[in-house]
Amino acid sequence: MIWNETKECMSRDEIANLQSARLVKTVDRVYHNVEFYRKKMQRIGLEPGDIRGIEDITRLPYTTKDDLRDNYPFGLFAVPRSQIVRVHASSGTTGKATVVGYTRKDLDIWSECVARALTMAGVTRNDIIQVAYGYGLFTGGLGAHAGAEKLGAVVVPMSTGNTKKLITMMKDFEATALACTPSYLLHIAETLEEAGDIPNIKLKTAICGAEPWTEKMRTQVEEKLHIHAHDIYGLSEIMGPGVACDCEYHKGLHVYEDHFLPEIISSETLEPVPVGETGELVFTTLTKEGLPLIRYRTKDLTSIDYGQCECGRTIARISRFKGRSDDMLIIRGVNVFPSQIEAALLEMGGTTPHYMMIVDRVNNLDTLEVQVEVEERFFSDEIRQLEKLTGQIAHAIQQMIGLAVKVKLVEPKTLERSMGKAVHVIDKRKYE
Amino acid sequence: MYIKQLSIFIENREGRLEEVLNALTEANINIVSMSLADTSEYGLLRLLVTDPEAGKKALKEKGFSAMLTDVLGVKISHRSGKLQELLKIICEAQVNIEYMYALSTGKDDASVVIKTSDLEKAAKLLQERGVDIVTSQEVMAM
Repeated sequence: MIWNETKECMSRDEIANLQSARLVKTVDRVYHNVEFYRKKMQRIGLEPGDIRGIEDITRLPYTTKDDLRDNYPFGLFAVPRSQIVRVHASSGTTGKATVVGYTRKDLDIWSECVARALTMAGVTRNDIIQVAYGYGLFTGGLGAHAGAEKLGAVVVPMSTGNTKKLITMMKDFEATALACTPSYLLHIAETLEEAGDIPNIKLKTAICGAEPWTEKMRTQVEEKLHIHAHDIYGLSEIMGPGVACDCEYHKGLHVYEDHFLPEIISSETLEPVPVGETGELVFTTLTKEGLPLIRYRTKDLTSIDYGQCECGRTIARISRFKGRSDDMLIIRGVNVFPSQIEAALLEMGGTTPHYMMIVDRVNNLDTLEVQVEVEERFFSDEIRQLEKLTGQIAHAIQQMIGLAVKVKLVEPKTLERSMGKAVHVIDKRKYE
Repeated sequence: MYIKQLSIFIENREGRLEEVLNALTEANINIVSMSLADTSEYGLLRLLVTDPEAGKKALKEKGFSAMLTDVLGVKISHRSGKLQELLKIICEAQVNIEYMYALSTGKDDASVVIKTSDLEKAAKLLQERGVDIVTSQEVMAM
């Protein structure tokens, strides 16, 4: 099933023409409404009229997460505050949130994109879908929710945190679809298996995103639960979940190119890489009103395929993600940067002690342990004081990243040091 | 009046305690008394040694977190009820004991090492009551 055949099955020429027209408008709009972009373009002597189509995209400057942070909270918004109807926020690299804003039209387009993704995953208005992404500042919950409503399915807004209730309702409501992170899906699958509940559910489809997973993980859970599992991609800066999704052929994630213009560049040279080669994914929004972004560097590594898919869609497909070009970690769906841990430790006063983040996956749920070297200034001859110290560190980190963390004190100079870039992360999670 | 206690942070891993003892042996330092407090992840080793300053230096050279803390050594005779008498004095003064451990000082009497919330107050109180205090010279000579 295809939700919007007109837009998802255009010829490549039609796509290019539509993208060109929308890019010209977007550039014109950001130049006149966003000081940051106007200055950036003026600095390189670029005027809106110089951009006549997508072939001129490489003349435009890049946008990064730092730019969003520097213009915190609303500095990059392109419409008056009165037209913004919602904001979402995700954690930034140093604790300051990345804030994104939406007009009513932006929300309509977002739900349209999610409806396309759900349709791609085989969900229809006759389905009952449990949305088990976090509801709140995170785009996952409300984004998936609105799309499922647009589709006309019965939406059960589970949010996260209560697996038992989720499973009870999955059985009682005879839920047929589930939207959650891949690791949560695996956790749910294991819980169902242990309770011998797999024959008692009517689940057909899972739509999973916000976290990297492998093809093997996907097929394993499909076999275990006798369902179809789909990969949905998105990022709050560009919109939220629903920027891309994979169809029943699972040969890459279809990007909704009428709204988002993808590019693949080399993170080193910042030049486009040949089509099909792996590089950093860059997006330019083509219809966003609230927060239009020009050549936003996602730091996600992937490759692109413009060939028509067996499903009939002509929109480009990006491959399953191959990693990140920066040090961002995704833990239980939350973006975490080592610099945030550093900032939290700095709050303890003085300089940052040496630390190491140990990320692991226990029973399919991500865990984060932060090991901190006990320097003399932290040391005490009383256990009570040392326990107080670990409590304070754990609290500071939790405040910073919004995730529960285990803090472990270790002896000085026992954590790994490297000659060049400091090693602050050991990721033990297995994706294969 | 106080004794310098050497406190060392050690992770719960094989060989760490041995490494501490090795450093002290190399520096020719004798352990007079010790207590090991353990949690699930680390231990806190508290030692009375013949030369605390040199002990701290030797351990720091080996990369350990070590510190010196003032503690009180109190002599009590080998009779039933003597420790309780001592604690009663401290308790009445509303001073809290953070930790304590035993110190062997001879055939006729035993000693305890205590760290209290207010060391000065505890020491003054005990001296007023005529309780025998172990000096650091005595520990160094052991």
